[in-house]
Amino acid sequence: MKEFLEGSQVIAKAVKMCKPGVISAYPITPQTHIVEELAQMVADGHLDSQFVNVESEHSAASVVLGAVAAGVRSFTATSSQGLFLMAEVIFNIAGMRLPVILSCANRAISAPISIWNDHQDSVSLRDSGWIQLYAENLQEVADFHFMAYRIGEDKSIMLPVMVCMDGFILTHGMEPVDMPEQEKVDRFLPPYKALYKLDPAEPVSMGPLADPDYYAETRFAIQETFKDVLALIPKVSDEFKSCFGRDYKDCLVEEYHVKDAQKVIVAMGSVCGTIKEVVDELRKKGKKVGLLKIISYRPFPYARVFQALKDVPQVAVLDKAVSLGAYAPLASEIKTAFFGKKKSPKVISSFVAGLGGRDITLESIKEIFSRLTQREINLEFIDLKPELLKEKYGE
Amino acid sequence: MKEIRIHARAGQGAITTASLLGYAYFLKGAYAYAFPHFGAARMGAPMNAFVRMDSKPVRVRSQIYKPDYVIIIDQTLMRNFNCFSGLKENGVVILNDKEGASAPKVKAKQKVFVVPGNDIALKTIGKPLGNTALVGSFAAATGELNLDILIEAIKHRFSAKIQEANIEAVKQGFQYIKKG
Repeated sequence: MKEFLEGSQVIAKAVKMCKPGVISAYPITPQTHIVEELAQMVADGHLDSQFVNVESEHSAASVVLGAVAAGVRSFTATSSQGLFLMAEVIFNIAGMRLPVILSCANRAISAPISIWNDHQDSVSLRDSGWIQLYAENLQEVADFHFMAYRIGEDKSIMLPVMVCMDGFILTHGMEPVDMPEQEKVDRFLPPYKALYKLDPAEPVSMGPLADPDYYAETRFAIQETFKDVLALIPKVSDEFKSCFGRDYKDCLVEEYHVKDAQKVIVAMGSVCGTIKEVVDELRKKGKKVGLLKIISYRPFPYARVFQALKDVPQVAVLDKAVSLGAYAPLASEIKTAFFGKKKSPKVISSFVAGLGGRDITLESIKEIFSRLTQREINLEFIDLKPELLKEKYGE
Repeated sequence: MKEIRIHARAGQGAITTASLLGYAYFLKGAYAYAFPHFGAARMGAPMNAFVRMDSKPVRVRSQIYKPDYVIIIDQTLMRNFNCFSGLKENGVVILNDKEGASAPKVKAKQKVFVVPGNDIALKTIGKPLGNTALVGSFAAATGELNLDILIEAIKHRFSAKIQEANIEAVKQGFQYIKKG
């Protein structure tokens, strides 16, 4: 049924339908309404779950680690500094092969303090062994949560999933969303049956010391599993379609007018909606432009990206994050996808925009298309304020 | 596509205003995207909320720079901000101010409706929160939404006595414009 909902409510309602046995969160900034709504549902008796309020994000992550280790489906949400305080545990969750699901309400990181949106938080944890999916709109936000549990808990995968959505733009935005019936979710997502769990009757250790004789194989195993994730996501998407009727194709990327395009922007998250609008406007004027939306950032679908962009002459990558001292994170991946290949775009230019909540307007996107020329450029910051760059310390 | 920009201070109900309008458009069968932009995260700080509506799903996620409509919940914001910035040539402004306050000058085809939203709210709700009265005035001044749909949206958002008071505020805001 279509409802008009705020992003945080959408997540809470979707998570409720996934029936987690344990929810844990630190309730203060940079938290969102997500866990507030869930806490309300538990308190009102609408959700049979244990809500564990903790004293920090480090503890929140530790609680859901423990819960999934004990064989219970779990959920947590955070962003920004909260995610970073979780970071130590985040790597442990993946290393122990525990399918925790976390909503990341993407926000900038300190210092300086910012409560506003960009992708620096989740992107910085790209090497942690978590699957990362990025949503464009609130429908995807809901649907990706259902899929996240299916993917992460698959016995051939057993990895955590971070569902990423733009802070404020999506978490605090309201729009119509088709929320499915509980029966459909139950059919799509069976109860969690752990492949292994902490059980006094059959004791096991998780994440103990691995000396040099063992450690490398644990990392190799995750790396190999990510290949299986690339194969599984399209299958789960297919089942999702037959169950709910919405078609995310392979759900690794979305191609929007890419086939005959001369210029394509690659991006992740809600800005893809703004880009689609510009693509339509420029297409009406006869310009062959398109968008490649990356949904799965981890695992990164190199082969799929190669296939989509190999015949596109000019590609611009729009990052809402930086890797200070190196190329922008998404741009690095796109360039890597073509390294040593015979077919390749002539130009892969890289742009950075939207840091710390700087608004990305229709004009920002048009500027990227117009600066995407035969001359490759790297790390071009869009919408900078030159007057602020002139200031020197002590003057 | 129609775009509404709301100017307020944090705590004056800008987000509620945006969500009421968004929900009303949703009831009407249109697609709406309602969203806030906070300044400093504290009460009283200037902030904006926005509503973008269309007959098809709204995809643009930027803030609103060329609004069709502007709703100003706190007239003191006009001292430091150009609340009319980018307003369309035939744009409409709903301004919360005292009865009889002079309307600011705008371009020939633009219209400003001054509504004593806070006075209506004091009478109906008992607090100077004029936003729901302004929602009523917006509907009457623009013809975008009818009174029944607004009342439906209020019922969805509020309950019990607060619901009744806000329905009355919306009605009085609506009638204030209709009476001219």
